[in-house]
Amino acid sequence: MSSAVAEPFIRVSGLSKVYRKGDQEHLAIVDATFEVAAGELVSLVGPSGCGKTTLLKILAGLQDYDSGDVQIGSSTHPFDPSRDIGMVFQQALLLKWRRVLQNVLLPAEILGLPVRESQERARDLLAMVGLAGCEDKYPYELSGGMQQRAAIARALIHDPKLVLMDEPFGALDALTREKMNLELLNIWKKSGKTIVFVTHGIAEAVFLGTRVVVLTAGPARMADNIEIELPEPRTLDVKTSEAFGEYSRRIYHLLGL
Amino acid sequence: MTSDTMRRYALAILAHVALIAAWYAFVTYGHVPAYVMPSPLATVATLGGANYAWVSNSLVTANEIFGGYFLAVLVGVTIAIVFSWSSTAEAAAMPLLVSLNMIPKVALGPLFIVWFSYGIFPNTIIAFSISFFPILLNTVRGFREVEPELLELVRSLRSSKWQTFTKIQLPSALPYIFSGMKVGAILAVAGAVVGEFLGSSRGLGYLMLQVQVTLDTAAMFMAVILITLIGVVLYGMVIGLERLVVVRDARVQ
Repeated sequence: MSSAVAEPFIRVSGLSKVYRKGDQEHLAIVDATFEVAAGELVSLVGPSGCGKTTLLKILAGLQDYDSGDVQIGSSTHPFDPSRDIGMVFQQALLLKWRRVLQNVLLPAEILGLPVRESQERARDLLAMVGLAGCEDKYPYELSGGMQQRAAIARALIHDPKLVLMDEPFGALDALTREKMNLELLNIWKKSGKTIVFVTHGIAEAVFLGTRVVVLTAGPARMADNIEIELPEPRTLDVKTSEAFGEYSRRIYHLLGL
Repeated sequence: MTSDTMRRYALAILAHVALIAAWYAFVTYGHVPAYVMPSPLATVATLGGANYAWVSNSLVTANEIFGGYFLAVLVGVTIAIVFSWSSTAEAAAMPLLVSLNMIPKVALGPLFIVWFSYGIFPNTIIAFSISFFPILLNTVRGFREVEPELLELVRSLRSSKWQTFTKIQLPSALPYIFSGMKVGAILAVAGAVVGEFLGSSRGLGYLMLQVQVTLDTAAMFMAVILITLIGVVLYGMVIGLERLVVVRDARVQ
């Protein structure tokens, strides 16, 4: 990815964030620095309290920071913060009162995108995430994994350049999670999005990421920024490979495990 | 209708019929004097008595119940919406409202009569005051329980306050609003009738006091049944509206 070196899509440099509660100061992020090229899938991995969710919210423009700099966008990939962010959370957070298709359309409605085109796109996206035929169902009729697929479709409906995912598969059972990991790689390849993926699963971080940014807690700091070079396309076989184990060991070590 | 729901309906109807049958058997075979407890037949027979003016008295009471209730829904939901927009307003007004809620509303009845004189209006106000709080409190809670991450999601799309309100906050709060409205509906009926007891010249509560003097228990029973029916109609309307606007899974049980 030589072009990435030339002009990254996301540039985080010397980023720090402090939470203050009365006299208490809690360092959420200290001096985080990394770059992400357009089209990368970056995993942010670390224990609870390492500031990975905070970092994600800063990227989303939902939180401010105390020092450092965050820049998103490049001349080849201009970035509009109001319409170029898609978000997926640990809970699917579908609107219970809307059918699946209408749920997927929510961002399009808020951004005022043309209705007919959006509906067509929503159907295509639902097909892509394996939910064709579920358009008119209510969220409660879907399993947890299916709800999360719908949430992913919703995050893509307005064709954002950046998709931020906060432990999106954390609430799913282990097998469903493996399956969703494979599907996410598939969706990522098809959509060409830049994805920032927060997880506390080391194996998940290595398996998915083109790059893994390791954050530690107490003291909060960025421990490493590892480029992952594993054979493509990544299949579950990769997980038993020597290289995969090497990366995992390195991260375990960084996290003091 | 599935056979399961048909069976449930059948059982519900059966239970009601069984209660009336038990009532009938108790009065008939227990030799209960009619002034203590009239039979179901004697109770229904009072409907023919012209001097009870059932229709106009029922309309008066229904008027008070529905009027007070709809006012309570309107005011309760509106105030809760204002609170959801302004935390300052909530912080200032909520403790005061909670204090006011501690007043037994029935105790205000005589005052309302002094202020508003006899008639439909003071009774409507009592019905309003007693059903207003549960509607307000539940609606406030509904707005508070909105998933914070859902708000972050729409905020990341730079949604306007109005979009956030209409697309996320209000529909999220709807099940809670209905939960409060159901409690309020029952209380409104009690409020209106108590108001009529305290001082009134019309209505089913007023009629009960009139016929009590002559130990016309059958008419008192009929009045209670009619008051209950008005309550059932109101409650049924609220449930029907809930079914219409709130998706099954989202309802507060």
